[in-house]
Amino acid sequence: MLSNIGIGLIASTLILSFLIIYIAILNLKISRQVIEKNIYKLSLFQTTFTVLSFFVLIIGFISSDFSLINVYENSHTTKPLFYKIAGTWGNHEGSLLLWVNILVIFSYLFLVFSHAHDKKFRLYTLIFQNILILGFLFFLLLNSNPFNSIYPIPLEGLGLNPILQDPALAVHPPLLYVGFVGCSIYFSAAMASLLSDYGGKLFAQSIKNWVKISWCFQTLGIIVGSIWAYYELGWGGFWFWDPVENASLLPWFAITALMHSLIVLEKRDTLYAWVIILCLSTFILSVTGTFLVRSGILNSVHTFASDPSRGLYILFFLSLMIFSALTIFFLKYKKKSYNLNLKSKETFILANNWFMAFFLITVLTGMLYPIFLDVLTNVKISVGPPFFNIVIIPLVVPFMFLMGIGPKFGWIKSKNKILNKFFFVILGAIAINLFIFYFFGKYSLLSNLIFIAAIFLILHSLLDIKKFINNKNKNELPRIISHLGFGLLVFFIGINHQFSFEEDFNLKVGEIKKTNKYQINFKNIEIKDTKNYKAVIGVFKLENLKNNLVQYLNPEIRIYSNPETLTYEAAIKTKITSDLYLTMSNVSRSEYYNIKFQDKPFMIWIWISSIMIAFGGFTRLTFKKNED
Amino acid sequence: MKISISRIIIFSFVIFSLFVFWKGLKIDNNYNTKSLIGKRISNFQLIKIDNDNQYISEENLQKNRHTLINFFASWCAPCRTEHKYLLNLSNENKEIQIIGINFKDKKDNAVKFLEELGNPYNFVGKDPGGKISILFGIYGIPESILVNSDLTIIKKIVGPIDQIQYDQILQLIQ
Repeated sequence: MLSNIGIGLIASTLILSFLIIYIAILNLKISRQVIEKNIYKLSLFQTTFTVLSFFVLIIGFISSDFSLINVYENSHTTKPLFYKIAGTWGNHEGSLLLWVNILVIFSYLFLVFSHAHDKKFRLYTLIFQNILILGFLFFLLLNSNPFNSIYPIPLEGLGLNPILQDPALAVHPPLLYVGFVGCSIYFSAAMASLLSDYGGKLFAQSIKNWVKISWCFQTLGIIVGSIWAYYELGWGGFWFWDPVENASLLPWFAITALMHSLIVLEKRDTLYAWVIILCLSTFILSVTGTFLVRSGILNSVHTFASDPSRGLYILFFLSLMIFSALTIFFLKYKKKSYNLNLKSKETFILANNWFMAFFLITVLTGMLYPIFLDVLTNVKISVGPPFFNIVIIPLVVPFMFLMGIGPKFGWIKSKNKILNKFFFVILGAIAINLFIFYFFGKYSLLSNLIFIAAIFLILHSLLDIKKFINNKNKNELPRIISHLGFGLLVFFIGINHQFSFEEDFNLKVGEIKKTNKYQINFKNIEIKDTKNYKAVIGVFKLENLKNNLVQYLNPEIRIYSNPETLTYEAAIKTKITSDLYLTMSNVSRSEYYNIKFQDKPFMIWIWISSIMIAFGGFTRLTFKKNED
Repeated sequence: MKISISRIIIFSFVIFSLFVFWKGLKIDNNYNTKSLIGKRISNFQLIKIDNDNQYISEENLQKNRHTLINFFASWCAPCRTEHKYLLNLSNENKEIQIIGINFKDKKDNAVKFLEELGNPYNFVGKDPGGKISILFGIYGIPESILVNSDLTIIKKIVGPIDQIQYDQILQLIQ
């Protein structure tokens, strides 16, 4: 039943996409400056049908309708309702349907909200967006149909992977998809802009809100994924330079560069070609990331059951996208010379872009090199954190200095006077760094530089806040929040990295382990039985030897039944100044447990500052048009 | 369209990348280590865990009829469960050589681990960065590889050795 309804809705969407493209092409030839009413209607229908199809799938999951293969493979009657729903996008087919949904919804919203802009530009955008929609709809129908049915109908499902049964992970994919798939709309808009010669300030205005929206969601999505890894994977780390994390960073670097250079295009009407390149590459990088992850070329926690035919289709579509983008770009590209003054805001924004490009290329190289090497020479290597840390971290130092200084400069040209202030702020930053260095511990020269640069950026942002309180210039606020967030993030990551404490040991019930600061007493083991899993819970009494504070930590080993899997839940005690992190794993046929204990300073501040970065973007979104 | 060198470079780069991706799709999954069976080991060199001047290489493996290379770490819980099988193997079969490769571990912890549980290995080598293990297609530990004197891999065990695997090893080295 649901299978037929779902396929019916998808097929209708497909037909509507063809119709929209057809009518839009006809409409292009008419000289009237209005878009035909029918196109709006068709787009609205298209949106309704896709959204409905997604709800049909959700209903399938809620009602545990195992006649759908997708539900059978990824759900189970005993799952809590929340995870039944989240299971809808916790698998390849369902997430692809979500992907199509976002393409379609953004297409409609762009059509509605861009009425102030040129008709030809809007129609071309709509056509390109619908070509993208068609591409993914065919993929969905031919290769990854979430509505495929199974007969005889199984009585019970196979269940959702337990590590995905986590609140953070239920919201992580939708956030990222809005972020990554949202980029599609300015990919289409950039192509349309080239074809309809609708460039410059007006083009910047037409896409800037979409860029901001997708930037905010990407940022938030990446943060949530990182938080999940910290809580769920049980290593106590929050960023692993895992290929899939890298895949999510690539479009993020491109979109962050885009968001900044778009301001230059809007205010100064230069950098048009560069903005177009960034628009195109952001979505191309999103799809490349999807290809690498879904095809199984990269292995990670994100790999769904991999299937080469899936990869082949995405690769085909990706090639089509890249070649048409390149061709149209080269056909329409006109060389323009830029006259940028060294001491102007636009120069600094361009500097930001160069840094972003550098980070992007570094991560891309680290990610692709092992694949290239494997394919061409059959040598397997892994590029890990040392590479990324060595190449990226030193560059963060000048990057943060420029981030502090840049916004102080005016458009076109500035006086030398403002440079004097920087001198005092640097002195302040060096003084604070010396204070930390002297009282809390020694660290390397590079760490010193990182701290100085981070404190420099923080101090600058704080001075900006002071200025903001005086003059209430709202435009500056989002930038201040995000830049302050970034400064704090680097600062706290630095502190966390320098002053973390970690110890590994084996313990059995009743035993006590002393570290330099804590005494860990393994008091007891408790068994908990819930509907979804059984858990072995350790009771650990933790005594701080310095101030005699006693705390209890309860790490769990969970045994999920459907599918049968073990997961290790870390016990985390979060305080304002530090996180205590304890995981235990069983040592089979032994009464000993393997314990990993970590004391991680300022963890919560890493999350707070990274959320601040995203929050800055969200505040910008709340501004009304005329205030922008 | 104007044709310039930079454009040709960009296009060729894109085509090359896409071609590699396409080839990558057909490649057997990176970590399918089953395919290692029947292959020969080459460029094998292992430095002793507590002495950087001592090492073993292929010649050493050729001297023994069978060598079991076991990948372990002190932080790895399942390694403890398989340890007694390794001890049995070394006690009851003098012909087989057992080499331990200490995977991404600290020296002190590894030494403590062997003091606590006993040392079944004829030689313990270090692999702090995990690079040697990658050569053998190791992606999680414990894993073990059985090699004959021709340096050919004849068995690969993913996960801890249990009674069944243990019996199979005995059969193979008979």
